[in-house]
Amino acid sequence: MGEIILQVDNLSASYRKTTVLNNVNFKIRKGSLTGIIGPNGAGKSTLLKTILNLHPALTGSVRFFNQPFQQAKKRIGYVPQRGSVDWDFPTDALDVVTMGLYGKIGWLKRPNRKHKQLAYEALEKMGMADYANRQISQLSGGQQQRVFLARALVQDADFYFMDEPLAGVDAATERAIMNILKELKANGKTVMVVHHDLQTVEDYFDHVLLLNKTLLCHGRTEEIFTKENIAKTYGGNMRWMGENREYAVHSVE
Amino acid sequence: MSYTFWILLTASLVGLSCGIIGVFLILRKTAMMADAISHTVLLGIVLAYIVTKEVSGMAMLIGGILAGIATAFLVQSLHSLQVQHDAAMGIVFTTLFAIGVILISTSVGNAHLDVQHALMGEITFIPFHTITLPLIGDIPQATALLLFVLVVVIVSIIAFYKEWKLTSFDPALAASLGIPVLFMHYLFMGLVSVTTVASFDAVGAIMVVAMLITPAASAYLWTDKLIIMIILSGGFGVVSSIVGYYVAAWIDTSISGSMAFTTGVVFLISFIFSPKHGLIAKRLKPVGQM
Repeated sequence: MGEIILQVDNLSASYRKTTVLNNVNFKIRKGSLTGIIGPNGAGKSTLLKTILNLHPALTGSVRFFNQPFQQAKKRIGYVPQRGSVDWDFPTDALDVVTMGLYGKIGWLKRPNRKHKQLAYEALEKMGMADYANRQISQLSGGQQQRVFLARALVQDADFYFMDEPLAGVDAATERAIMNILKELKANGKTVMVVHHDLQTVEDYFDHVLLLNKTLLCHGRTEEIFTKENIAKTYGGNMRWMGENREYAVHSVE
Repeated sequence: MSYTFWILLTASLVGLSCGIIGVFLILRKTAMMADAISHTVLLGIVLAYIVTKEVSGMAMLIGGILAGIATAFLVQSLHSLQVQHDAAMGIVFTTLFAIGVILISTSVGNAHLDVQHALMGEITFIPFHTITLPLIGDIPQATALLLFVLVVVIVSIIAFYKEWKLTSFDPALAASLGIPVLFMHYLFMGLVSVTTVASFDAVGAIMVVAMLITPAASAYLWTDKLIIMIILSGGFGVVSSIVGYYVAAWIDTSISGSMAFTTGVVFLISFIFSPKHGLIAKRLKPVGQM
């Protein structure tokens, strides 16, 4: 595996007075595709936001590419949860994708034709070229998620963080997104994804990070994603979990 | 130039600046910040008067900006200290406004500054306070101030168009791209403050809220493009101001009240007849699809 490009030490964070993340330590290597797994309220989104300086950390340090976040942020792409924005905003799909370039375009400048072209190509890659001029509220949930992915692609970052990109999308979108994630990985990019569907973890991710307020385990999927570890992460829901896993095995066969 | 001309021009300038600014207030879901700031700028104006001992445009603008940004800052701070956002707003603006009211009656006692005027404005007096500008000649002070503010508003919106668009739509992405989200927020609140201060003389603190929010909310119903929404909103502001003036002249009532009422009528028309989001369009659509 590649060199270490993210080092998180002793990270803690809270919402109001409740601590939602406690003493999280891990390292991510270049070229890995990591699923962040844990029950609701385990702090998965908070972990992403805290790593990316979008939520204040109580303690700890985060270093990207051996640099602090501020110096590395041009190389980092973030895909927020689809529900975090107002899809009634007066804009179209192409414009949303172009927003991914605003950091590069810089102050006092407008997106030019080249930027629009890049955005269009990213939409094309996500199979959304026909919807470029569609008002975003008229897109389905899956299409909105593809627009978000296209916006991340156009950023051309080295390290991507995605918050539940597969939540509530149709099967075709799920396939399209997973193809893109595998392609990013093949191109040497690193991706961390908050994921909720335990059945697909083994197919989708080469690394998993099991989280429930604190880091329970992290490593290669085949070593870490075991019944015992999942039970430890999800607490009492062991039996329900076991059935799910069996079902997953059958469907693969 | 005639008395009516100046009033119409002043009212139109209020409608235009407020309409443009209001679009971003609506899209940032901070419409009620307009209400808060329109009240707290009173404190800024009073403090500016106490310091400079005159009712001058520039001192008022600076006092208003400081008061507006202080409001935004205090609301943000209280909110981060676990006070609910709407409660924080209610606490901050009523308190600052109350200080302004107390200062007016204790330390100012001037005919130019009274609470009635601050709340309702008095556009009919505007043509009487003129200043002389190079090239333009005699122009009412309030009108000159509004012209200046309109230029500031338009230049700022053009300069920071994409930053404000992105921080309104997706602040998390904006922050991760390195756009200073909080700074852009305060800059925008500063812009809301100057617009409010400049409109203050003409329409007063309450009516400026109507001019900021209602034309933009109406424009939102007509279009799916931000730039068109801005143009429409400014246009609705101007039309409401002019129609409002003539309605007031016709039935002999408060001009600012009549202008604010007209914005409400424009909204009602939009709400019913807008082809995209109007009531009639919504009723017809399911039928059309069958």
